[in-house]
Amino acid sequence: MKPVPEMLKEKFGGVVQKHWEESARQWHVLVAKDSIVRVAEFLIGTFAMRFLFLSGSDTRKENGFFSLYYVFSFAHEDRFLIVQTRVEEKDPRFPSLSRFLPQANWQEREVQDMLGLVAAGHPDPRRLVLHEDWPPGIFPLRKDFDGRQKIPRVAGDYIFERVEGEGIFEIPVGPVHAGIIEPGHFRFSCAGESILKLEIRHFYTHKGTEKAGEGKKPDHLLCLAERISGDNSLAHAVACAQALENLGEIEVPPRARFLRVIFLEMERIHNHMSDIAGISLDVAFSFGASQLMRLKETLLRANERLTGTRLLRSVAALGGVRRDITEEQKEWLLGEIGKIKEDFDETIRILWQMDSLMDRIEITGALKKEVVEALGGVGPIARASGVDRDMRREHPYAAYKDLLFRVPVFTDGDVESRMKVKVREVCESFRLIHDALQTMPAGPLCGAPKPFRPFRSALGYTESPRGECFHWVETGRDGNIVRWKVQSPSFANWPLIEYAVLENIIPDFPLINKSMNLSYSGNDR
Amino acid sequence: MFRILKKNIKTGKVTIPYAPQAAEAPGGFSGAPVIDPAKCTGCGQCVAACPSSALAMIDKDGTGRTFRVSYGDCIFCALCGPACPHQAISFNGKFKFAARTKKELRQDLLFPLQECRKDKLFISGDALPVKTPAENDRDFSGGDFAGHLSVEDIGRKLKDRIRHLFGRSLHIREVDAGSCNGCEVEAVNLSNPFYDAERFGVHFVASPRHADMLLVTGPVTRQMELALVKTYEAAPSPKLVVACGSCAVGGGIFNENYAVTGGVDRCVPVDVYVPGCPPRPEAILEGIFLALDKLPLK
Repeated sequence: MKPVPEMLKEKFGGVVQKHWEESARQWHVLVAKDSIVRVAEFLIGTFAMRFLFLSGSDTRKENGFFSLYYVFSFAHEDRFLIVQTRVEEKDPRFPSLSRFLPQANWQEREVQDMLGLVAAGHPDPRRLVLHEDWPPGIFPLRKDFDGRQKIPRVAGDYIFERVEGEGIFEIPVGPVHAGIIEPGHFRFSCAGESILKLEIRHFYTHKGTEKAGEGKKPDHLLCLAERISGDNSLAHAVACAQALENLGEIEVPPRARFLRVIFLEMERIHNHMSDIAGISLDVAFSFGASQLMRLKETLLRANERLTGTRLLRSVAALGGVRRDITEEQKEWLLGEIGKIKEDFDETIRILWQMDSLMDRIEITGALKKEVVEALGGVGPIARASGVDRDMRREHPYAAYKDLLFRVPVFTDGDVESRMKVKVREVCESFRLIHDALQTMPAGPLCGAPKPFRPFRSALGYTESPRGECFHWVETGRDGNIVRWKVQSPSFANWPLIEYAVLENIIPDFPLINKSMNLSYSGNDR
Repeated sequence: MFRILKKNIKTGKVTIPYAPQAAEAPGGFSGAPVIDPAKCTGCGQCVAACPSSALAMIDKDGTGRTFRVSYGDCIFCALCGPACPHQAISFNGKFKFAARTKKELRQDLLFPLQECRKDKLFISGDALPVKTPAENDRDFSGGDFAGHLSVEDIGRKLKDRIRHLFGRSLHIREVDAGSCNGCEVEAVNLSNPFYDAERFGVHFVASPRHADMLLVTGPVTRQMELALVKTYEAAPSPKLVVACGSCAVGGGIFNENYAVTGGVDRCVPVDVYVPGCPPRPEAILEGIFLALDKLPLK
């Protein structure tokens, strides 16, 4: 088969202005702005490519334009296709994909807010990231915006979509919630107990993280990446490190690849355990919650003993890892995960037999596969709705190519399916850790760093506990980092919750929310 | 039912005794950097390696250099250790830092600049990154929504009375003002069977209207500032505020940028600062006790 960029050239002729291979497994094509929709439709329709995310950057200084990057996955060949286009400052419009590709909705609105470009034909032109009290004309990701300034507030209101009719009422929830969780706003329209509509209003925790990453040294960028989503620290840090390694063509030594797998799976286990504990707590079954929180604490303590940090921060480094596992620690960890697994299995067996739990989780918060695919859902949520997809298998990174594991998929899409996926994934993770520990080769922990070449871009990714996590970095004239885009799994998955709750009852919302366990900070950045 | 009982009995007791005397964390936590003044030459290598404002060099009139360690800003990343050419920085699990003022979280080492220059690896002040440590307790009256705060709250006279009142039971409302969720993970862990904060009468409640204390995390994003002030106002007086985590103390790694205000005390009055990124559960507990004046003497 001919390379896709050449086939695109044949099909679209002059529309494809340029194509090149920027780094390993990363094809780039530059196309005319007006044909973006046609090209995207063709890629998805003909090659079954999957749209991942849209990133925009202000490259006016270099070439006089804003650049947009539409990143597609071509799992068939384990490659990525980046469709690039240019938008002029004078005419900031770009054609919206949202009408045929609903998952582009938030992506395009983010570009609108952060760069001041306009998605022409977008069905919902409201603000997304920056709330209404930001003055017009503030576009934080433009290069002429000083990231350290204080922005004045203006008056303005977000207009929620209204459901009208007899007996219909609205329930506003948040941003400050009842539990120890992150802030976000939910607006329910209900008739009695049933939810007719949910609209989410997020980005309360927007910290300007991407802007803060511009011009940072790689080490410092990794520290920021670790603080995008606290419980997925390592998944973000490794994704970021892989993007930088891809950019600098840095070789990661084999031992470091295995160590990354071990720590990444440790992270997955403690996240999933915490989620299952949360589900158990939300149905008021405190036995499950306290047993699983106890197991989670045991894991955090294991993390601490191995790496000096409980949430696996300061573990990833550019070119490898900062912490090794000694022979003695290896034996200890093998014993420890054996014990934890047995303990976990015992607890879960009891959980599955509790009618009070099963009653609440069966058919609750069901998501159809079509909805998940249309909105670009990822991770355990997608796998619970029958979408068989996992970055560790489709685009293997670290040492996943050398290890065997199963990707559990269930089809009902309800809270029970999501819990089943997580339970099975925990078991697979134990096995992965076990196998990785046994087969890990000896050798150095870190590859030699190299200077980054100017005007390059690169992608890094992991399958975080919540799903696909992408980091995209671009370098400027001196090879320094001028743009850092983070696509967290929660940004892809949040819109799904509006569909998962439909026709469910209000008291089940916390349970549905917990079963999806999306990160607010990862979403808002 | 029988299986649940059996499992619980088999699990046994896991709750750990609260050890206020232990300044070092159990089980290998690396913690914050400890500087050995005998080995440090004030060269500035660690300051260049530090991603936050925790380490800074302040050069004065070309004669003196102050090496300022602000534990409130430290994110425990341990990048400074390997950067030190003189092995002057060690990590021994130091993790409890709760303090009533930011001044207590600061350590200054003074060097004659001439001596520093003798070090081959000396970095001059101009070449070091500009850092703005959260040095002093800030004045919340400059916040965008300071007008919402009532006079009664701003007066601190009642605080002694509070400590007396909350002697036995304390209701806490946790407020995430834009944290990464790391501090929430540890705050939730306070209720797990290991730490079981309820045994001290510490109880997390669902509404600020039921709360005696707000445990605030995050750098206070611009978009959460109003919500934080409203939550503070909703809590009945007298009330206490604990700023939990480096972000809450002084903005942490986010420091000051267009989207964050740079610390809880920029928006509402703070009683106790708890550094850490995130602080371990014991450190959060220590902060809570310090706010209540219930901390046993060390």
